[in-house]
Amino acid sequence: MPATTQVPDATGRFGPFGGRYVPETLTRALEQLAAEYQRAAGDESFQAELAELYRHYVGRPSPLYHAERLSRRCGGAQIYLKREDLNHTGAHKINNTLGQALLTRRMGKPRVIAETGAGQHGVATATACARFGLECVVYMGEEDIRRQKPNVFSMRLLGAEVRPVASGSRTLRDAINEAMRDWMSSVETTHYCLGSVVGPHPFPQIVRDFQSVIGRETRRQCLDQLGRLPDLIVACVGGGSNAGGMFYPFIKDDDVALVGVEAGGRGEKMGDHAAPLCFGQPGVLHGSFSYVMQDEDGQTCDVHSISAGLDYPGTGPEHSYWKDTGRVDYTNARDDEILAAFDALAKSEGILPALESSHAVAKAMQLAAARKPEEAIVVCLSGRGDKDAAEIARLRGEKFE
Amino acid sequence: MSKIDQLFDQLRRAGRKALMPFVTAGDPDLEFTAEVIRRLVAHGSSLCELGIPYSDPIADGPVIQASYTRSLAKRVKLAEILDTLGRLTPELAAPIVTMVSYAIVYRHGLGQYVADAKRAGVAGLIVPDLPAEEAGPLDEICRREDVSLIQLITPITPRDRALRIAERTTGFIYYVSVTGITGERTELPPEILRSVTWLRQQTPLPVCIGFGISRPDHVRMLSPVADGLIVGSAIVRRIAQAETRPREQVLDEIGDYVAELLAAMQ
Repeated sequence: MPATTQVPDATGRFGPFGGRYVPETLTRALEQLAAEYQRAAGDESFQAELAELYRHYVGRPSPLYHAERLSRRCGGAQIYLKREDLNHTGAHKINNTLGQALLTRRMGKPRVIAETGAGQHGVATATACARFGLECVVYMGEEDIRRQKPNVFSMRLLGAEVRPVASGSRTLRDAINEAMRDWMSSVETTHYCLGSVVGPHPFPQIVRDFQSVIGRETRRQCLDQLGRLPDLIVACVGGGSNAGGMFYPFIKDDDVALVGVEAGGRGEKMGDHAAPLCFGQPGVLHGSFSYVMQDEDGQTCDVHSISAGLDYPGTGPEHSYWKDTGRVDYTNARDDEILAAFDALAKSEGILPALESSHAVAKAMQLAAARKPEEAIVVCLSGRGDKDAAEIARLRGEKFE
Repeated sequence: MSKIDQLFDQLRRAGRKALMPFVTAGDPDLEFTAEVIRRLVAHGSSLCELGIPYSDPIADGPVIQASYTRSLAKRVKLAEILDTLGRLTPELAAPIVTMVSYAIVYRHGLGQYVADAKRAGVAGLIVPDLPAEEAGPLDEICRREDVSLIQLITPITPRDRALRIAERTTGFIYYVSVTGITGERTELPPEILRSVTWLRQQTPLPVCIGFGISRPDHVRMLSPVADGLIVGSAIVRRIAQAETRPREQVLDEIGDYVAELLAAMQ
């Protein structure tokens, strides 16, 4: 069966994927959120307020930029960059957090919690909370705090409390566990601002819808600037929010090929990558049925990625649905390819991409080389790389003060 | 009638309440887990809840999380846990229920998990991350195999929803005392008394209360309105000492603690 855009259904299913596997304590808040979101989605004043914020606060629409020197360097198709890195706070994450902040205000909750991996969602949540006067607590794994220090400091400057998470692998997955536990106790006064298209229904739908502004703009910009739709779109996939928002408005355009790039890490061995759509199997994690890296007992496996934002053993249920329907092709890029792509974009275009987004750049460069110069490839440049400067220096054994 | 139904039937007729301790499988090893369960039952526990360790338990507080982490660090596998139960349950006077994440049940296969657990003498399942809406397929299998599927109701579950959950529950209803995660509390909210009393008027099923219960005064407060009480973190915290102290001493202390709770119950 071909993929449809009429998902999820009322129970939060994208085909067989998704659902709501959470403790009873959270079900009421999820039902409340789903109902409030339904009302907001049909409320013109809500949509108008969000559109206004996107325009004057985030700086949307973000440009679609023709990377001519990078394209020439690859010697094939034309590469266009959807510049989500130019958004306020430097990544696509703000598209979602502003929407959820508006929902929080509608629900009358004074407090927001969030998880963060790379810190981009944490900063975007802290920003939206500052903008709307909401109390903000961000859970972040200790390993990620180490490798994404600039974002930790920004969150604190924005008035958020950053709570280090020392359990498990001390990365994004553990931060989600800890945020869920906080929510178990605070659910009546607190909104959990989940940052990706993962988790229990209705989060995968809400986050996709708020991020779909990326794909809608890209579609319009392609028609304006190229006079047609692109041949291929590439985006990185961890939880999968930038890819979800980019792909969704193109699902029905059969002539547009869609490629999701997971973290290939050091290689294909279990524990060396974070690529559940490439190497995992369907299972349950963090409230949803989706592809996941698990052992034969259902225990979540440790994963690895050079980028904190993709260092996650699960992925969004809609990506699992797109994989199984064949609508999106999922592949991966290895750490060394990521660093090479980072350098290529920095030196040929003067743009420092986030290590997460560099996965999409790396794959797009390979795919472009094999295509004709009249073809067009759009890359979702989901975030800027300033946050990664110290980590890249460390990886290369260079000093960073 | 399942083993759990029979147990509560007897208890109700005798006017008695169940104490149900929780133990994490494989902490610090399965041999000790079996020994703790024997001791708990010998002291008068009516049922035992065995936690199957899981890597990402979102309903659990630090004490139970840490016990899962210790157990998984020793690579305790589901097959070994069920093997241990298979040897233990025939000699045990009390039914065992497993607390197990749906991630594990799904990976094992729903039918396979229920069949293997039943073969090991398990009388019921508590699947804390499987709310009523998602429980259909497992419920069907459990009913066919006469293994109880115990569902949870919380202080913030609306009443109409609580009734729907009660209709789908077998064995007993697990009433969660607090809006939060597992772990010892100094005080428990007094509204529990009213909520559980109401719930017991609506359903013939036994209602057991869990989360936060650790002190004899909690037991005195709650046992008049409930069919049973579940004590988790307070036991697991004591078991955690088995790695550094003589095991016999730890077992004696757990026995004394349970005896104290049982005395408060009567």
